[in-house]
Amino acid sequence: MSHWIIAPVILPALLAPIIAFVMRHDISLARAASFAGTIALAAITVGLVIMSADGSTHVYTLGNWPAPFGIVLVLDRLSAVMLLLTAALALIVLLHATATGWDNRGRHFHALFQFQLMGICGAFLTGDAFNLFVFFEVLLIASYGLMIHGGGRVRLQAGLQYVVMNLAGSTLFLFALGTLYASTGTLNIADLALKVRELPVEDAALIRVAAILLMVVFAIKAALFPVQFWLPATYSNAPAPVAALFAIMTKVGAYAIIRIHAAVFGPDVAVLDGLIGDWLMPAALVTLAIGAIGVLGSQRLMPLLSFSVVASMGTMMIAVAAFTPQATTAALYYLLHSTFSAAALFLLADLVVSRRPGGDALRAEPPIVQNGLFAALFFAGAIGMAGMPPLSGFLGKLLILDAMADTPHMVLSWVAILLGSLLIILGFARAGSLLFWKSTAMAPNLQATPEATPLTPDSPAPARALEVAPTMAALAALALLSVFAGPVTEYLSAASHQLFDGSDYVNAVLNLGEEG
Amino acid sequence: MEIVVASSVGVLTAGGVYLILRLRAFPVILGLALLSYAVNVFLFATGRLAINAPPVLQLYSEATYSDPLPQALVLTAIVISFGMTAVLVMVALGAYLEADHDEINMDSPNTDEDMSNKETGA
Repeated sequence: MSHWIIAPVILPALLAPIIAFVMRHDISLARAASFAGTIALAAITVGLVIMSADGSTHVYTLGNWPAPFGIVLVLDRLSAVMLLLTAALALIVLLHATATGWDNRGRHFHALFQFQLMGICGAFLTGDAFNLFVFFEVLLIASYGLMIHGGGRVRLQAGLQYVVMNLAGSTLFLFALGTLYASTGTLNIADLALKVRELPVEDAALIRVAAILLMVVFAIKAALFPVQFWLPATYSNAPAPVAALFAIMTKVGAYAIIRIHAAVFGPDVAVLDGLIGDWLMPAALVTLAIGAIGVLGSQRLMPLLSFSVVASMGTMMIAVAAFTPQATTAALYYLLHSTFSAAALFLLADLVVSRRPGGDALRAEPPIVQNGLFAALFFAGAIGMAGMPPLSGFLGKLLILDAMADTPHMVLSWVAILLGSLLIILGFARAGSLLFWKSTAMAPNLQATPEATPLTPDSPAPARALEVAPTMAALAALALLSVFAGPVTEYLSAASHQLFDGSDYVNAVLNLGEEG
Repeated sequence: MEIVVASSVGVLTAGGVYLILRLRAFPVILGLALLSYAVNVFLFATGRLAINAPPVLQLYSEATYSDPLPQALVLTAIVISFGMTAVLVMVALGAYLEADHDEINMDSPNTDEDMSNKETGA
């Protein structure tokens, strides 16, 4: 039993209170500590990925209580890669928040940030359904603080909506867990996987209710139709670095659906009879449609990006809903991609919006400083998000289309993904040309005297290298994902086969292999 | 016994849902509190209703016992929902002070935009 498994939870959990209590008056000290913690987290997660790469499932029994009586943390390929994704995204976001000074516009940014990381890492690691609820609450309560970081009327109102929505979701989660416990008598994920398969078909009603309730709860987190409506308001009003970090929060919901509904309520479970996939598929299709139409119809840049996140969740969940190892591999690849592309676009939007007099309104305005640079970055980010070659979005969508080719939903899913991509390309093309291209045709008054142009005192400063670096890093991650698509999909394919096989996981957690 | 527990969960849930749909901060907070009470009672019942039974296994007899796990779950849920309600009250208060009204619904995101459009367009 390696103690490194719990390090991604313990490290931010210890660091956050220290930052909050000891370093709250010194922003540079807090920044240093937060950076040190996040870099250490990234190093640990790299180690965990290497540790799990051989296909073994590592179990950490908290308090040394054997499962299913105690709580376990489980590290397999899937959770390891999600942890690595979290740490990489956290580093990018933290760099942006520090470079642009976002972390200093309110209090306790770094402490909340670390608590958020603790919740996310815990949710990816836990092997217990109730513990998953607890980590969800940890990451949510930190996200409430981050969401309203910096304050302002609209942001607080959007924050209130977000809190109410998620509190209702948490209550639903508890109802689902209660139903699950009442019908199976356990909440350990591995034990659940065994018990659900032993249930007689006559007792299917309760467990079907529990499975659907859980799906609704995770759908709220993953912003799936019909509970996707909170996302655009939340993401477009959150501080941009926080919105970029939230790119991983929807993925927590997706991960939970993949983990619970593939491993526990998998397609081979007799009492469910393919129920989950039947409901998830239409929800995913409608989500994609809503996202694509929203991208096309947005009047502002931030809602446009938020709707593109909704669309990417829809695309991903189409693949998840197929519940085959091949489709899940595609979904996981697309998950990695969409996290980085959403983060890149939100970070870039922050740089652009803060320099435009009209904020994020999509209308032509005189060109801002470094118009060309921002336009190029937006172009790259939009290519990634819309799924055009050469970035990884194209490969991700191709993998999903390929995986859907031999399922009964082939026609619908192909039409939805291809039409959705077209609408998203149109939406981004419109936004990009309004923001960057048409503006070059407008002659601002200042342009008459070129030498005085950048020197007016109230004109925004050009972005420093450090401010642009995080956006470029996120885009570089997309490029790396497509260059190393071979090894990455190989790893993810191994991860999803491990997930669907399930026997490894169950044996490791319940210790069946050695004693039973 | 069963009918009392079941109907109390039902009534609390119905009241909670009704209050949440009022879409004003104060009723919504009360509604969420009612919902969390409902779910706490519900969680208790998931370990089956056993009266006057100790929450431990009896070593020497086959006596009935009440399941201790739901009680631990309820304790956790109570603590979390208590903390969450406190956070919700603070956020709601902040939003109320900023906006001067306590409606959960937000103005259309394009409203401000349209107004500033008219100003600059004039």
